[in-house]
Amino acid sequence: MRTYFTDIWLTMVTVSRSMWVALLHLFTRSVTLQYPTEKWTMPERTRARLFNKIEDCIGCGQCARACPTDCITIETEKRGKDEPAIFASDGTPIKLRTYVFDIDMTLCCYCSLCVFPCPTHCLVMTTAYEYSVYNKQDHVYHFAVDKPMSAKPAKEHHPADKA
Amino acid sequence: MESIAQLLQLIPKYDALPGLVRAYMPMLVSSLVIFGLLSLVVLFLVWWERKISAHMQDRLGPMYVGGWHGWAQTIADAIKLLLKEDIVPESTDRVLFKLAPFVVFLGAFAAFVVLPFGASSIVSDLNIGVLYIIAVGSLAVVGIMMAGWSSNSKYSLYGGMRSVAQIVSYEIPAAMAIMTVVILVGSLSMQQIVGAQKGGIQNWFIFRNPFTFLAFFVYFISSLAEVNRTPFDIPEAESELVAGYHTEYSGMRFAFFYLAEYANMLVVAGVATTIFLGGWTQVLPGALTAQLIPGPIMFFLKVLVLIFVQMWLRWSLPRLRVDQLMYLCWKVLLPASFVLVIGVGWVAVYWK
Repeated sequence: MRTYFTDIWLTMVTVSRSMWVALLHLFTRSVTLQYPTEKWTMPERTRARLFNKIEDCIGCGQCARACPTDCITIETEKRGKDEPAIFASDGTPIKLRTYVFDIDMTLCCYCSLCVFPCPTHCLVMTTAYEYSVYNKQDHVYHFAVDKPMSAKPAKEHHPADKA
Repeated sequence: MESIAQLLQLIPKYDALPGLVRAYMPMLVSSLVIFGLLSLVVLFLVWWERKISAHMQDRLGPMYVGGWHGWAQTIADAIKLLLKEDIVPESTDRVLFKLAPFVVFLGAFAAFVVLPFGASSIVSDLNIGVLYIIAVGSLAVVGIMMAGWSSNSKYSLYGGMRSVAQIVSYEIPAAMAIMTVVILVGSLSMQQIVGAQKGGIQNWFIFRNPFTFLAFFVYFISSLAEVNRTPFDIPEAESELVAGYHTEYSGMRFAFFYLAEYANMLVVAGVATTIFLGGWTQVLPGALTAQLIPGPIMFFLKVLVLIFVQMWLRWSLPRLRVDQLMYLCWKVLLPASFVLVIGVGWVAVYWK
């Protein structure tokens, strides 16, 4: 009989306590971020989509060698002796013309190993994380702007085609 | 209904219509008016519940549809539900399956006949109003059992059985709690119960004497169980039974179950308001506020407060087990309501 009434009392106390907690949360600020319109600012060292500043790229191919998943494809040719000398922004002379610099983001494993060897710091990981595309081939980012001057035909090159 | 009959007189050549039409026209119009208002209020309540539940969990809830805080979300949902295909599973009892949502809704809808929204805004002030509400309230049990049985699904059947057991049990303490006020008023008419509470908050039955104060809580807890809301939502326990008795329903029939659920919330909140919280009478004594806030709006505000508490409880309390549910009904609420009835009877005889 005693426990019967203490149970009723306990019910009343605990119910009112939990209701009080719920009421407090009704007036606390919501933690929801309205995603497509608002976005979190990503941390500075986020490893997300790769970007190559092609003007600074010397075409050395160290990034492609470092990549564990072979997602970077680089094709270069020697610049002619008569062409004007160009330099990367840190002063390194650019002796190769990079006419293919493709990164397949579907293969990328975001290890950032390609970023460290880059001598001119032109290959970086950006904070962009929204990749949705309608076509899978749109995940291959073509950074090269130059066209090959040599006679051999410039073939359409996708790392995904290798498999 | 009298005021609607008077309004109908404004239709040209109304008196020339056949007598049968004139007899049924006010009923038809008043039920259509209530159905329309009910649908609108339910749309609002669904949105409100989603907002309250979201904010109690530090979320935002619907935010996009319609612009301001997603106010049109439930309208979009309702249109979607009405346009969806009406699927009847193959092994169901088709007639019962198709009929069940409307029977459930009828139980909730019929109770609006005697709910007094204002001094003259009542469909019919039956002299057995309270009895009528308790009676049509049990009609939903039939519909729920029909839905649970005819679906031919274990989840539906379990949900229906649990719901019926729960509603039938909790009707007794609810009716006994109402009985305390009926003893004090000496009438079953809803308008007379409201009339006995005129003159401000101190005349409401919840504050009249300690027995009716407790009776209000007994009624409120029982009414939560009657409308299958948390913490008594074991018939619809989504973590165990998918959705209980309306698991197999889709489209418009599902929408009718939803409508009936929220209409039931309105009904029990309306009954609690009418019987314990003074119905459409003013909160403050004096004639000043009576001119500022009309009776129906006052009634609706009180109902909204009670519905807010129902939603508040839903996000505060976990679901009861079946045995705990029956313990609470038969061992706590029922003896308590008997004690309250005896106490109020004693007050009615010896204090006056």
